[in-house]
Amino acid sequence: MTTGNGPGSLWNKLFGNSARAFGSMSVILLVSLAIAPAKDYFSEWRHTQNEYVKLIRTRADAVTLQRHVEPGLQQIWHPELGVVDRCTTCHLGEKEASLGDVTQQPFRKHPAIPHSLTQFGCVICHRGQGTATTVHEAHHSTDAWEEPLLPANYIEASCGQCHLSALRGTPTLNEGRRLLGREGCVHCHNIKLADGSVMTPTDHPPDLGHIAEKTSREWMFAWIKDPQAYAASATMPNFGFSDEDARDVSAFLVAQSTPSAYAPRLAAKKAATATADADALTAGASLYGQSFCASCHATQNAGGNLVGGDLGPELTRIGSKVKPEWLEEWIRDPVGYFPATEMPHYRFNDQQIGMVAGYLKSKTDGDLLANVHLEEATQKQIDHGRSLVLEYGCASCHQINGVKKPENFAPDLSRIGSKPFAQLAFPAGVEHTLPDYLTSKITKPRGFGAGLKMPKFTLAPAQVDALTTSLLALTGRANSLPANLRVASEHESQYQPAGKAGQLIKDLRCFSCHSFNGRGGSMAPDLSWEGSSVQRQWLVEFLKNPNTLRPALIRRMPKFNLSDADVNTLTDYIETVYQSPAFDRDGISAASLTPQMAEEGKQLFYSKYACNACHMVDPQKDKGYIGPVLSQAGLRLTPAWIYQWLKNPQELRPGTIEPNQHMDDKDATALTAYIMTLKLHTKQGAN
Amino acid sequence: MKNSSMVLVLAFAMSGCNKQASAPAAPVGAANAGAALVEVSGGKQATRIGAALEQPVVLQVNDAQGAAVAGAMVTLSGAKGVKFDPASGATDSSGQFTAQVWAPGAGGHFQIVALTNAGKVQAKVDQVALGYEQVLGRQLSTQYCARCHDPESTPERVSNMDNLDPKPHAFSDGETYNKIGDSDLIALIGHGGPALNKSASMPPFGYTLSVAEIQALASYIRAIADPPYTRVYANK
Repeated sequence: MTTGNGPGSLWNKLFGNSARAFGSMSVILLVSLAIAPAKDYFSEWRHTQNEYVKLIRTRADAVTLQRHVEPGLQQIWHPELGVVDRCTTCHLGEKEASLGDVTQQPFRKHPAIPHSLTQFGCVICHRGQGTATTVHEAHHSTDAWEEPLLPANYIEASCGQCHLSALRGTPTLNEGRRLLGREGCVHCHNIKLADGSVMTPTDHPPDLGHIAEKTSREWMFAWIKDPQAYAASATMPNFGFSDEDARDVSAFLVAQSTPSAYAPRLAAKKAATATADADALTAGASLYGQSFCASCHATQNAGGNLVGGDLGPELTRIGSKVKPEWLEEWIRDPVGYFPATEMPHYRFNDQQIGMVAGYLKSKTDGDLLANVHLEEATQKQIDHGRSLVLEYGCASCHQINGVKKPENFAPDLSRIGSKPFAQLAFPAGVEHTLPDYLTSKITKPRGFGAGLKMPKFTLAPAQVDALTTSLLALTGRANSLPANLRVASEHESQYQPAGKAGQLIKDLRCFSCHSFNGRGGSMAPDLSWEGSSVQRQWLVEFLKNPNTLRPALIRRMPKFNLSDADVNTLTDYIETVYQSPAFDRDGISAASLTPQMAEEGKQLFYSKYACNACHMVDPQKDKGYIGPVLSQAGLRLTPAWIYQWLKNPQELRPGTIEPNQHMDDKDATALTAYIMTLKLHTKQGAN
Repeated sequence: MKNSSMVLVLAFAMSGCNKQASAPAAPVGAANAGAALVEVSGGKQATRIGAALEQPVVLQVNDAQGAAVAGAMVTLSGAKGVKFDPASGATDSSGQFTAQVWAPGAGGHFQIVALTNAGKVQAKVDQVALGYEQVLGRQLSTQYCARCHDPESTPERVSNMDNLDPKPHAFSDGETYNKIGDSDLIALIGHGGPALNKSASMPPFGYTLSVAEIQALASYIRAIADPPYTRVYANK
């Protein structure tokens, strides 16, 4: 066939005369008009809807399911949220409880969540393109739209866009946020939450202003080279310093160190005495145990497992770190060296200090410093050390003399969760997604190019996941969503008790473990209403010699060796100030509780309410091992507290395990009467 | 169309993993042929969807005499979305193969299939992926229930199970819980043991937990039941 303009050509056949041209043009017009409806008819989503209809036909409740199907493009539209989601066009089984066994996507039932599925649409949580009408454009990043679906692993990040406070259903997000503070990320990186508050670090990196009094330059060198070689649980990251750099940094740190309040006493001390003998070591170890140092400090046991709390530093190799004379002074008076410390001021006498210090000094590791030999530092090394300290931002975390805390040292992460791809540089081998970018930034920070300063942190895979989740929550959308949807972040109150008792509470660092009026730790019970709860005499005895109420706990209240005057001051303050406004602590007099009531209460205790499942009254007979032992409860608690507690435990202490039994007044009174009769006297107490 | 292409992509991705992992360790000699593949540890764990299992899965290849076989190739596979590191490799000197496993993006039971001896010997390891509701249930269980319903003691939490009579059932005890219907299970948690003529040692949590929280607990108990809890759906 010829293609020219000759008489037999195709052109001539189609457009040779006006009739032919009209006919051909009509056909072309019809075809082009048909394209749009055809595209619509053969569209992906229509095919999917047909598949769904086929699927539900096989179900027993096909008629009901069929009635729920609305053919055509579906859309969830929330203009105030910026949501235009067409996902439900294909995801037709989202709300169908009877499709719980269908695993085929896109027809799976949506798992239960606390919000209704149409309340916020889909993309606020899942990301992707809500307006797209093809599978690829909706789920993946394309040239025009670059926000792909968020992998299910990180879905809790989406909750964190509105919920800025800890949420029970999002353990991974909560842990990630905790780690941002605990691992010290926010010392260098600024994170401003959508409610305008700024995240603050919760670790307490030591002040290095007097470091030369505390430890040797050799230890500093080893520590800077590899912190985890000294203590596996150390949160100090590894900066990958060369031997020369570590030498120079340690030289500078020694050079900048000034004398602390310890200086006069240290100068008066003789050089370290000989190591303690075996008996002294055993005595020191047992005093360490009795003082419950392990509530805050961990040590590695023979099996290599860490045992103890993580509030203070790990002490496995402490003898290789600190100077013996400094250690004694530290145990005597921690605040004199580091005013912001969380370590309480134990009132040990000289002999006790010697015992604990002797025990700790024996915890050494000969290998740690065996190969560290440093010659006297030169001025050049010191200057180089200083420039390294400036360059790597050491003062972001530590107090260092003559070096100011740098401002905006590391990139701001307030919107990192929606950072555009165009602004991300991926190293080879990292998948081009935001979660993968963040994960490899956290695990291999120096893999992103030479000259980067971010150090390597020691984190478990689950911790990396948690951190990535918490960073993915920091989206632009979190800031643009209506403010009334936001649940504000929680911040510790600035509560500070007053007077002489306030001084004591501060000195003993009660806040490190106990919480009062919204400030303090969570290791030990909240004491905001302790004054309504306990009897004066019991509190006096307890402060003098704390014995545990909960036998199953390994973390216990230490004995601070308080003077009688201090005990009285504290007791008076607690009894008067920490009162619940909800009831009168003297509202129920012991005289109003009759023996008959107590007898009835005993029946209730062992039968109707089975309190003995969790509490012991007779340690010989009862076995319950969850709540406090009650054998001396009649000497410890006020009747009004017991009554209120029985009526509603959560109201007095939110989150307590004891369930609200919805007890009527009569039962509560009878049980109160019974518990008030429990006054077992023993020499050491029943615990 | 799209579905099949996604499966293809996945197959490619997984074959990529296989290549990476298997390249350094090629099986040598007939001694590597295993007769049995047994699970050493890491079975029946529960984790959040998409997250790594807490413990790695450890498998051992044994020969016909029951002796461990070193250097035998083991290949893992699972449902869509299950990831392995490594997905395949040779057993170590004690005949064991260890892999980290990530749960799929959808909740429910999932199975890991391990193959050795050119695919002739296989072992199956069951795991559970927990969705939002079950994760919430697990949290509540740890806070309120585990002290009595978890037989394991940790330094932080001593189990109270053996102190009680009658003894509580571990939540994974499917034999017991699968016989209790949804409404009874929820009533037991909400109103306590006496509501169903059981022990008063089980207190009522209905005045402490919300309806949604009790539902979440029940959902968690169903999710980790062993043998698995099977809900019957209306299928023609």
